[in-house]
Amino acid sequence: MFATLLSFFPRAVVQGIPLLYGSAGEILTEKSGNLNLGIPGIMYMGGIGGVIGAFLYENSVPATENLNPFLAVFIPLMSCLLVSLLGGLIYCFLTVTLRANQNVTGLALTTFGVGFGNFFGASLVKLTGSDIPSIALTRTSAFFTKKLPFAESLGWFGKLFCSYSFLAYFAIIVAIVMAIFLKRTRGGLHLRAVGENPATADAAGINVNRSKYLATCIGSMIAGLGGIYYVMDYANGVWSNEGFGDRGWLAIALVIFAVWRPNLSIFGSIVFGGLYIVYIFIPGMSMRSQELFKMLPYVVTIIVLIMVSIRKKKENLPPASLGLSYFREDR
Amino acid sequence: MSKPLALELKGISKTFGSIVANKDVDLEVRRGEILAILGENGSGKTTLMNMVSGIYFPDEGQIFVDGKEVVIRSPKDAFDYKIGMIHQHFKLVDVFTATENIVLGINDGKKFNIKEAQARVKEITDRYGFQIDLDKKIYEMSVSEKQTVEIIKVLYRGADILILDEPTAVLTPQETQKLFVVLRNMRADNKTVIIITHKLHEVLAISDRVTILRKGEFIETVQTSEATEQSLTEGMVGQKVSLDIERKDPENLQERLIIKDLNVTDFEGKALLKDVNFTAYGGEILGIAGISGSGQKELLESVAGLQKADKGSSIIYFDPEGNEVQLVGKTPKAIRNLGIALSFVPEDRLGMGLVGNMDIIDNMMLRSYKKGKTEFLDRKQPRELAEEIIDSLEVVTPSATTPVRRLSGGNVQKVLVGREISLNPRVLMVAYPVRGLDINSSYMIYNLISKQKEQGVAVIFVGEDLDVLIELCDRIMVINSGEITGIVEGKKAQKEELGILMTKSTHGEEAVDDE
Repeated sequence: MFATLLSFFPRAVVQGIPLLYGSAGEILTEKSGNLNLGIPGIMYMGGIGGVIGAFLYENSVPATENLNPFLAVFIPLMSCLLVSLLGGLIYCFLTVTLRANQNVTGLALTTFGVGFGNFFGASLVKLTGSDIPSIALTRTSAFFTKKLPFAESLGWFGKLFCSYSFLAYFAIIVAIVMAIFLKRTRGGLHLRAVGENPATADAAGINVNRSKYLATCIGSMIAGLGGIYYVMDYANGVWSNEGFGDRGWLAIALVIFAVWRPNLSIFGSIVFGGLYIVYIFIPGMSMRSQELFKMLPYVVTIIVLIMVSIRKKKENLPPASLGLSYFREDR
Repeated sequence: MSKPLALELKGISKTFGSIVANKDVDLEVRRGEILAILGENGSGKTTLMNMVSGIYFPDEGQIFVDGKEVVIRSPKDAFDYKIGMIHQHFKLVDVFTATENIVLGINDGKKFNIKEAQARVKEITDRYGFQIDLDKKIYEMSVSEKQTVEIIKVLYRGADILILDEPTAVLTPQETQKLFVVLRNMRADNKTVIIITHKLHEVLAISDRVTILRKGEFIETVQTSEATEQSLTEGMVGQKVSLDIERKDPENLQERLIIKDLNVTDFEGKALLKDVNFTAYGGEILGIAGISGSGQKELLESVAGLQKADKGSSIIYFDPEGNEVQLVGKTPKAIRNLGIALSFVPEDRLGMGLVGNMDIIDNMMLRSYKKGKTEFLDRKQPRELAEEIIDSLEVVTPSATTPVRRLSGGNVQKVLVGREISLNPRVLMVAYPVRGLDINSSYMIYNLISKQKEQGVAVIFVGEDLDVLIELCDRIMVINSGEITGIVEGKKAQKEELGILMTKSTHGEEAVDDE
C-alpha cells in the first residue's frame, strides 16, 4: 500500500504541476475580470516557445559537454515567456482595448495557440528531417529535470517531497506568493477591486486597463511555464503535436475547483493530477474505461461548482465583473 | 454671515446635444454651512454637482474654491480641491469590508497596513458619530450602512466640501435622523455640506439656505428660515400647486381579496414572504410600506400569479357575484381568463410592464391582442386608447407611434398606469407609480388612483415616500423581511411609527436589506 502511494504521489504531482501553472496564471487573470479561455492555447504556445529556444541553442552548440547549463535553461525559459506574453497581449488588445467579447476571443485564442504550436512543431520536425513526427530535446531536458541532490538519501521523504525539478518548486512558490499578493497587499486589493467592480476602482483612481493588461499578461506568462514544464520535464524534452492534450482545459477547471484561490490550487493540482492518472494504478483496465477515468477531474469540478452555487457564499463566487469589458462612459 | 465662501459657481452652463441641462447657474456656499439644492427630477441638480466633482466639464462659467478660480477635469482634481461627492448609486466593492473600500485606491507611499488604516478610519467615525462595523462586508450591509461607508470614504480622502445626491431616498425616517445628526456634526466642524434633494420637509429640517433650480435654470437662493413648503414648491414648479390629495372616506367596503398564510420560499429555501395575512377591500387604498426589497414585489407577484406560493397559502378573490375564487396555483393567464381583473404596474416599469422598442399603440395591444376574433390584429381600438391616454394624462410624445423607450421616465410611467387603469380593474396593484415623476404628474397619478378607489376598486399601493402613503392611503400595512409587522390607519399614522415597524423584526435581529 505504502509502496503504491510512494509511486503514485510523485506521479500525481508531476501531472499536476502544469495544471498548477495554468490555473495560477488564470486566477491572476480572472481576478482582473478577464475570463481568458485562451489559456489552453497560451500554454501550448508556451510549450512550443520553449522548444524553439531549446532547439536553437542545442543546434548552435553541437557538443553536449559544451552546453552552458545556465543558458540551456535560460534561453528556453525566455523564449517560452516571450511567446506566452504575446498570447496575453493579443487577448488584452482585443478584449481590453477593443472591448471584444471575452469568450469568443478566448476560444479563438485557444484555436490560434494550438495552430501556432502545431505549425512550429511540424516545421521543426521537418528541419531535423526525422521520420517520426516529434522532436527530442533530451540534452536540454536533462537540465530541466535535475532533481534536488539530496533527494536520494532521504528515503521515502525524499521521494515524496524532494524528487522534483526546480520548475515544480517554482510553481508552488508562485502560487503561494500570488495568494499573499492577492490577500495582503495594496496591489492585490486594487486588482481584486478591478475584477469585482471596475467602475468603483476607476472612481477610486485605479487605472483599470493597466491593471487588466498587467494581470493578464503576467498570468499568461505563468501559464506558459506550464507548457514548458510539460515538454521539458514531464515529456523529457520530446515535443509531439497535440501531445499536450486537454491539460489547458483542466487548468481552467482547476480555477473553479480552487474557488479562485491560488493556495488551494496547489492542493487541487495534486488531486487533479492524481485523478488524471489513477487508472494506471487500477489493474485490468480496458482502454475504454481508462478514458472514463480521465473524466474524473471534470466530474469533481462540476460537483464543486454545484456546491459553491448552492452555498452561494460571496467570497467563493467568481469576481463579479468576470467576463465583462469595462468602458467608463457606459452608463 | 461672516463665514468665508467655500465654493462659488458663476454662470455655469452645460448642454448635452440639444438638451440644455444647466443654463447660467450661480451658486455660493460657505464654510460651516449646509446648502440644499432643490429641484424636480430633471431640473439639472445632479448635472450641476457632477461638474463640481469632475464627472462632467462645464461648457461655460467659472468655479471658485476659497475665492480662487479652479479648473476641475476629473474626480481626482476635485479631490485635490477637497471636494467629495456621494452619488446616488454607491460605488463600493461588495466582497470587501468597509475599511477595504474606504482605503481603496489610496497610495500614500507607506507600507500597506490595513490595521493602521482602520485606526485612522475609526478616528473619523468617532469624530462625527457614525455607527458602523468597519469589518463588515458590503454585501451584508443595509443601504444606510453602505451610504455611511461612502461618506466616510469621502472624508477619509480629506474632503472639506461634501456633496450628497438624494441621500435620504433609500433611508427610513430613523436612518434619516441619524444622517442629519452626522451632517450637523460636520457643519459644526466647519465643513461645507451640499445636499441635493426634492423632499421639502428635509430641506426645511437640515439646511441653512436653499438654492432652487427649475428646468436647468437658477431660480433663487433663500434663507431656509424664511421659506415654507408652499413657497419652495412654487419656486420649484413655477406655479401654484395644490399639495393636497383628495382622500374621501372609504364607502361601502367589500371584501375583495383575503390573503391567508401566504408563504413564498425561493429555491434556496430562503423565506421571501412569511405567514402573510390581510384583507383588501373594494373602495379602499391599502398602502404597503417597507424598505425596498422586503418582499413587496413577491407579495404583488403572488397575487398576480407570477410568483409560486408555498403549499397551504391561500389567496381568495371575490368575483362580482360574490363567489370565492382561489388564486393560488393559477397562471397569470388563467387568472385573467377567469374574469379576474388584476392590474399590475411592476417596480421595474420598462422591464416587465412595457416593451421599450414598441410604440405606445403596440404596448396597449399587449393587454388586448387576445380579444380579436380573427388572426389579424385590430389596431383601431388600441390607437384610440393610446390617444386618449396621451390626451388625458398629458403624455409628452411626438406621436402615438414613438417607441416607448424614447419617452422620458415620467411619461413611460403615465402610459403604463393609464393602460392598467383603462382595463377597469377590480383590483389595482401599483408599485412605485410615481418614481421619477415631477410633482404635477405625481399628483395627477395620486388622484387617478383615488378615483379608482371611489369607483369601488380595491387598490394596493406600494410606495416609498411615507408622507404620501400617509396622505393617500386608508390603511398602511408595513412589511419587513417578508413579514407583516403592522397595519396602521392612514389618518392616524405617524411617520416615526411606520419607520419603527419597517425595521422591527419578530426575531429580534437587525433587518438586512439586500438591494
